[in-house]
Amino acid sequence: MEVKAKGEIFRVSGPVVTAEGISPRMYDVVLVGHEKLMGEVIRLEGDKSTIQVYEDTSGIRPGEPVENTGESLSVELGPGLLRSIYDGIQRPLPVLRDSMGDYILRGVTAPGLDHTVKWDFKATAKAGDEVNGGDILGTVQETPTIVHKILVPPKVSGKIKSIKKGKYTVDEVIGTLEDGTELQLMHKWPVREPRPFSRKHPPDIPLVTGTRILDSLFPIAKGGTAAIPGGFGTGKTVIQQTLAKWSDAQIVVYVGCGERGNEMTEVLTEFPHLKDPKTGGPLMDRTVLIANTSNMPVAAREASVYTGITLAEYYRDQGYDVSLMADSTSRWAEAMREISSRLEEMPGEEGYPAYLASRLSEFYERAGRVETMAGDDGSVTVIGAVSPAGGDFSEPVTQNTLRIVKVFWALDSKLAQKRHFPAINWLTSYSLYNRVLGDWYSENASEKWSDNIATTMAILQEESELQEIVQLVGSDALPEDQQLTLEVARLLREFYLQQNAFHDVDTYCKLNVQAEFLDVILYYKELAEAALASGISVPNLTGIPVLEELGRSKFEENFIDLLPKLRKRIKNEISGLKED
Amino acid sequence: MQKEYKTIREIAGPLVFVEKTEPVGYGELVQIAMPDGSTKRGQVLDTSKDIVVVQVFEGTSGIDRASGVKFLGETIKLSVSKDMLGRIFNGAGEPIDGGAPIVPEKRSEIIGAAINPYSRASPHEFIQTGISTIDGLNTLVMGQKLPIFSGSGLPHNDIALQIARQAKTLGSDREFAVVFAGMGITNEEAHYFMSDFERTGALSRAVVFMNLASDPAVERLITPRIALTAAEYLAFEHGYDILVILTDMTNYCEALRQIGAAREEVPGRRGYPGYMYTDLAQNYERAGLIKGKAGSVTQVPILTMPGDDITHPIPDLTGYITEGQIVVSRELHRKGIYPPIFVLPSLSRLMNAGIGEGQTREDHKQLSDQLYAAYAEGVDLRGLVAIVGKEALSERDQRLLEFSDDFEDRFVRQGREIDRHIGDDTLELGWDMISALPESALTRIDKKIMSQYHPAYRDKNKK
Repeated sequence: MEVKAKGEIFRVSGPVVTAEGISPRMYDVVLVGHEKLMGEVIRLEGDKSTIQVYEDTSGIRPGEPVENTGESLSVELGPGLLRSIYDGIQRPLPVLRDSMGDYILRGVTAPGLDHTVKWDFKATAKAGDEVNGGDILGTVQETPTIVHKILVPPKVSGKIKSIKKGKYTVDEVIGTLEDGTELQLMHKWPVREPRPFSRKHPPDIPLVTGTRILDSLFPIAKGGTAAIPGGFGTGKTVIQQTLAKWSDAQIVVYVGCGERGNEMTEVLTEFPHLKDPKTGGPLMDRTVLIANTSNMPVAAREASVYTGITLAEYYRDQGYDVSLMADSTSRWAEAMREISSRLEEMPGEEGYPAYLASRLSEFYERAGRVETMAGDDGSVTVIGAVSPAGGDFSEPVTQNTLRIVKVFWALDSKLAQKRHFPAINWLTSYSLYNRVLGDWYSENASEKWSDNIATTMAILQEESELQEIVQLVGSDALPEDQQLTLEVARLLREFYLQQNAFHDVDTYCKLNVQAEFLDVILYYKELAEAALASGISVPNLTGIPVLEELGRSKFEENFIDLLPKLRKRIKNEISGLKED
Repeated sequence: MQKEYKTIREIAGPLVFVEKTEPVGYGELVQIAMPDGSTKRGQVLDTSKDIVVVQVFEGTSGIDRASGVKFLGETIKLSVSKDMLGRIFNGAGEPIDGGAPIVPEKRSEIIGAAINPYSRASPHEFIQTGISTIDGLNTLVMGQKLPIFSGSGLPHNDIALQIARQAKTLGSDREFAVVFAGMGITNEEAHYFMSDFERTGALSRAVVFMNLASDPAVERLITPRIALTAAEYLAFEHGYDILVILTDMTNYCEALRQIGAAREEVPGRRGYPGYMYTDLAQNYERAGLIKGKAGSVTQVPILTMPGDDITHPIPDLTGYITEGQIVVSRELHRKGIYPPIFVLPSLSRLMNAGIGEGQTREDHKQLSDQLYAAYAEGVDLRGLVAIVGKEALSERDQRLLEFSDDFEDRFVRQGREIDRHIGDDTLELGWDMISALPESALTRIDKKIMSQYHPAYRDKNKK
């Protein structure tokens, strides 16, 4: 990077360094000390600039040099992003390992993209074309399943003077504009600035996840935002990873922000071996991983979510549906708090900085389904895990997140303790997309979809009220029809809502299977209620063997073929019951 | 020769403020010469051209403004060697067992750099602790960090010692070397640990670091770092499988709060500093396996939850970093059950990687899910029975209720010296207990496993 100005260190306090003698702009990247540690200017006061440093500052002394690059924190965008594993500031972890060993030391810079690989560029634009920022110049086959579209960098426009095809590295010139601007396969973009698009679409297509409770009860739209808050051990990470694996986004950006090293390793070792259910290729072919574990420098953790969303926006601009998983946004907020407290800023609620709410909303607002500059449709769906302190949802990060996001998947430690997974509480969770997505589901899943979902929610709601009575008087004291409702609710909970993310078959449930499965359970409800009215007792109705069979069948590969048979058996077994 | 400064401006709590120095590095080690000729050690917490803030490990008593301050030009390092095994050190890493000083094979930074997630290997090897509630339901895996959440007066030390004594891997019967770090523990507790180590001969395979309750609180901040530095050295340079026991992390966090207050930092929740999560992570994350290296570091930190409150910042932040937790319950302890491990809020996140065919047994996962679910339901029913009486329960519920008592009495309860084998003892006991439940209640177990392992079928199948 080019050096614009030089100064020296005045003070070092953990990750926060104060320098004098440089006159940078806010958020300029600076290189600190003899080892040139990367940092970012976060406050200016007289001649002094405060810098958050992305690496450990032990042993750094006042008086060491500081250099300003005059650039803000940027990422490299171009072919080669997919299959990559980065730290919070887009340094590839495998490259870091090769240059500094098994531990992350400091003072090593590594470009985000491999500058030696040659990509086969097929030009689609031609000399003489008028192009604007975001227009497509041509394509590169990035992985066997993903075609990478090479874009004109935003803010660049003009008439193409020349354009070449053939094999090029990301920084070789593939064309020029009339005004002399050179075009390459890659360009840079500052992470804190949203990438431009032409307009936003309303969110009316769901992101199908294959997780029954999410698709049926609390769906999320492509381009929507969701929060998953839950105390530790409630399964946030498992849900995030299940979504990363199975949701029907074309590109997945997974940001492990301040989480466990071993967990990231699991993702890093598992993803390359997982098969993409749609293409059959490795899942890694459409994934970018960003791993900044809890013991890696806190400032890089703060930057990691911005790095993630910028990469997501870049693929959106190529016309892809992208989902961004951020696990966990609380660690990001804590990084903000830690840096804010080192700056001795006036704290807001629970020591978080007063700008917490605005930072969160700026981040989630970068989600959306848009018409790109090139005129295609693309989307970024943001799913953020929240780790509330003490599992208490009234804390500032959860509350400020809920004000922005449209879907709330509340994880419940009680359910987790009963090993009910996914431990999403069906009474407190909500989705504001339910209504707008109803039409889509009726068309693509089942005509009865919306009605069945409404019935299901009503049964579950009624169950919770009945449970309060059962807690006092026991279930035998309830009238028979209510006892039956409890049984139907149990079937819904244990069979339909519970889903085993670690089971080969059950981990992903197709939409048509979901629709039929739910319909079979409600079919039982209908027949059983009719039988009850004709005088058959509840224990007989709940004791028919087909019910347990139904619960076990969902683990079978041919579940969809079994469902009609189970439906028939329900009919036969109920009609075979005699009055007491 | 380093310069000695006599320019102390202020002394506050454990902090010394020195002015008019030449540039001093952040985190550098400091030596303070007191008027009586003795010296204390400290570390630079904040450095600028005007003033340097030093945190003194042994407390500031006896330091006056005329004391001399020397900056040693390096960050804190520990002399490590294979000879550390069998030795006892104080919380700052100096031998206190009267033996010879350690001849260093290497001097390592005690602030461990983060392991590159790409270099880590996924933990997957089952560790048998011989305790049913851990092995069967909250399995410990090599390279995991699994804390014990306890309360004052509960037998967490016994559990930790039992784990240290019995821990082994199944295939090779490899034994673990133990690195023990006591932080702010009483003399009595220290004695208890030491005598057990000596009694069982474990001391020869242990490295012990003791920071007693009477030792300076600030020293506690480096004790776990020193212990983990020794552990990493033995694991990744000499191929040992290391079990690290850190007790008591609550005392560590109190020391952290003390320093924060002395520096007049903006406090976070309950007065603990805002960076406590990062600080704890820097300790807890030093567990795991590295690709291509033989050894492993497995951590069992112990903490006492103030007021038995699991939402207190110390257990809360710990739970967000560690891979699960073993919760010790006062209620079970009162019932006279040892080990009083309450499995419902307990969890091992890496369990699935360490169990199943090839590790323990193929039925392990389903059986443990079933035991969990049935016990949770039984415990729920206890509340109901208190109101309506046992007679009002359905047949199924009555049996679940009985199951939950039986579970505590036979599965949870075991002797301090009882070392249960995972398959022959723990899982068999589990099957024996759930066979008392009606089959329709066993929804977590699939047909194949049922027919092979359920006592009602397996004998038939064998014929």
